Amino acid sequence: MIETHLPAIISLNFLAFSVLIPLFGIWKRELCQPLASLGAGISAVFSVYGFIYYLNEIPLRYLFGGWEPPVGIEFVYDGLSAFVIVVINVIAFIVLIHSRQLAVNEFPNKQMAYYSVAMLLMLGFNGMVLTGDLFNLFVFLEIASLSMYALIAIGDRAAPFSAFRYLIIGTAGGTLYLLGVGFLYTVTGTLNIIDMAPMLPEFAGNTAVITAVILMIVGIGTKAALFPMHGWLPDSYTYAASSSSALIAPIGTKVAAYVLIRVMLYLFGIELLDLVVPISYTVGVLACIGILYGSIMAIAQNELKRMLAYSSISQIGYIIMGISLANPFGFIGALLHILNHAVMKACLFMVAANLRHKEGHSDISLFEHSYRRKYPWTMFSFSVAAISMVGLPPLAGFFSKWYLVLGTVEADNWLFLAVILISSLLNAVYFFRVLEKVYMKNPDDEVPVQDHVGENNEVQPSMLYPTMVFAVGLILIGIFNVAIVAMIMNMIPSGF
Amino acid sequence: MFDFILGHYAYWLTIILLCIGLYGIMFKKNLVKKTIGLTILQISVVLFWVSIGSKWDATVPVRDPGIPTAEVANYLNPLPHTLMLTAIVVGVATLGVAFALLVATYNRYKTLDEEEILEQIQ
Repeated sequence: MIETHLPAIISLNFLAFSVLIPLFGIWKRELCQPLASLGAGISAVFSVYGFIYYLNEIPLRYLFGGWEPPVGIEFVYDGLSAFVIVVINVIAFIVLIHSRQLAVNEFPNKQMAYYSVAMLLMLGFNGMVLTGDLFNLFVFLEIASLSMYALIAIGDRAAPFSAFRYLIIGTAGGTLYLLGVGFLYTVTGTLNIIDMAPMLPEFAGNTAVITAVILMIVGIGTKAALFPMHGWLPDSYTYAASSSSALIAPIGTKVAAYVLIRVMLYLFGIELLDLVVPISYTVGVLACIGILYGSIMAIAQNELKRMLAYSSISQIGYIIMGISLANPFGFIGALLHILNHAVMKACLFMVAANLRHKEGHSDISLFEHSYRRKYPWTMFSFSVAAISMVGLPPLAGFFSKWYLVLGTVEADNWLFLAVILISSLLNAVYFFRVLEKVYMKNPDDEVPVQDHVGENNEVQPSMLYPTMVFAVGLILIGIFNVAIVAMIMNMIPSGF
Repeated sequence: MFDFILGHYAYWLTIILLCIGLYGIMFKKNLVKKTIGLTILQISVVLFWVSIGSKWDATVPVRDPGIPTAEVANYLNPLPHTLMLTAIVVGVATLGVAFALLVATYNRYKTLDEEEILEQIQ
């Protein structure tokens, strides 16, 4: 009974909790964070259950109000959306548990609003992943974006300004997406993705369809921070409160990348996409430029959060490159990297949050080797995530890069292969720089840094364990990657 | 050529509005003017959607016993219009969030000029 209603339960659960949190928050402010974690936890449990249940089933199409698809709105719960739902809900659950001390520390009076909006953010993301309707997707996109602007605006002094800049860029992107959907509607007369996909080949070469593709890719690319549309990302992630960036950075751009997969590979299909203009190759080249640009800019940063933000631009490039390769290996690499990068970035941003919480800053130039003694497990998590980011086996990051490399070899695309290898080296430069600061003693240091600090200097368990869960998760994903890839193989869209 | 311009006048207006909106977003230094540009951009897309639902010699999509519903050309297409109601609401919400952010920005920097704010952040 409950299985057939899973898509609605998973997403609408967040809506219920976004209303419940203010109700209980007025009574007792301390209840907000546990309630938010509970809400995300319930959705995470249902999404894991649904993923296991629907692993070998046919896709579930959930009709709202019982209206048939071309007229009504439907949620499509197939392998791909179930996979992404599991990733984003589990990560949101763990990040929300981690945020308890941060919220008390950074914005004690805004907890109720913060957690209520965080629930709306997750509603938007879940809706974007599940919906099977292009206009409905726009509405969920805007729900998620508006919540994101609000969450980013809680933070440092410059946070509202960076949130405003993101609002201008993000809303313009969303509007261009809507224009693209309008073009498709004039041509096909439907908004349902499954309904529209078989109609589009009839209009192959139609200028309206090509314009629509480009407008939609630009619009979603803005949300995914694809290279020329990435300008909003570094400032937003840097100035936002630590808990906001730990919540938004792993999830936000991944969901946009997922929408790009839906639109490019499922709605249009790779043949239609490349019929007149080589769109997939162009997107791939943009992703390559983004990978190199993000890596090089990350080397130049001194602030840990800003460095991680630039590294996000570079990592989202891998995912979009995998999509643009449009062969099975590229697709596996892209999906595996959605999972891996979400876990890695969540772990790294949580380490940055832990350091900010304890030290009051996250400036890399001020890091010293006493951190190794003071925060042994936080630094262990950082090292695992950083090494995974560089892509050394047996950690998770190696395997997604491995499949991307196989994809480039299969496509005979040596330019993309070179970009992956060079950017791995650049990743090593900017992550090992931090590790060197923390694990190596500076020989020029005359004054011995206090080495014997108290044993209980590590952050609170409520912050430490979630960070550790991700670090251990990266090792486990690396070891069990064969099983995950086997699941992803079932999701490969027909046509390649 | 002349027919092409006149026949598509609704689309030309949309394009002009879209360009004005993009110009406002990209080149205006005042943050309120940027917000105005954003609104114009959104409205241009709303007008585009509204215009694709219209038909010559058709009536509003309210069922009239005197006009047969079997002939779809008798009624306007109501779907784009209803969708745009949602899009307008989204636009209003965005505007509200934008103004809230502008108030917060002004309280911190005492100016709404982008370059002056960037100078203060540096």
